[in-house]
Amino acid sequence: MSLVTPLNRVLGLGTAGGAGEHWWTQRLTAVALVPLGLWFAISLALLPDFAYATVIEWAQRPITSILLILTVLTVGYHSYLGVQVVIEDYVHDKGLKVLALIASAFGHAALAIAALFAVLKIAFGPVA
Amino acid sequence: MHGVSRPLSPHISVYSWHVTMALSSLHRITGLLLSLGALALAVWLVALATGSSAYAEVRDVYASAWFKVLLVVWAFCFFFHLANGVRHLAWDTGAGFERGTIRASGWTVFVAALVATAAFAAWAIF
Repeated sequence: MSLVTPLNRVLGLGTAGGAGEHWWTQRLTAVALVPLGLWFAISLALLPDFAYATVIEWAQRPITSILLILTVLTVGYHSYLGVQVVIEDYVHDKGLKVLALIASAFGHAALAIAALFAVLKIAFGPVA
Repeated sequence: MHGVSRPLSPHISVYSWHVTMALSSLHRITGLLLSLGALALAVWLVALATGSSAYAEVRDVYASAWFKVLLVVWAFCFFFHLANGVRHLAWDTGAGFERGTIRASGWTVFVAALVATAAFAAWAIF
């Protein structure tokens, strides 16, 4: 039974209501990142060197590309959710909090899209 | 009442430190540092996609001595955040909150992260 009256809702009082989903998605991305993160770290460690040709050959393999896409997107979202909590905890000024949350959202989106584009370009494009 | 200075949680100036508190803070700190690391990773991937000369420029920075120190720090952040994250997931099932268990799991996670970082650094960074 909700104690939020229609007036409260209009005035923006009460909880935002997204906490349950946030909690679940954070756990979901966390679980996904256990194998993905380990795969990434171990793959890098297994590379004989970090020469351009070596890394490109590794990154162009279909399985690597697929896992890289999954890793990049999952890291981006998990990081976004985590940073959101940190901002909500430590930024008290309401205006600054909104700005910080927007900056985080845009920054994470840009980062994830850039990395995703890079992985796709490596997978589909010719090696320069 | 703005501007009035009050003691703020987590009261680190007066509270007696325990491994549980320390690791909780460390989990958040390593998370934030990993977000920065993700940025460095994105730069690396974009350079890789751009071409061999762009990649060479980024690689020169990433292979430098001072940056390798950063990589070791990030490696620890990764392994600690991963291990402690699993510890968190176990808590989500309701398990492991007894005082003895929670401290033991905390130390285990911390030591495991140190060992993994040392192994990874020796294997991949240096």
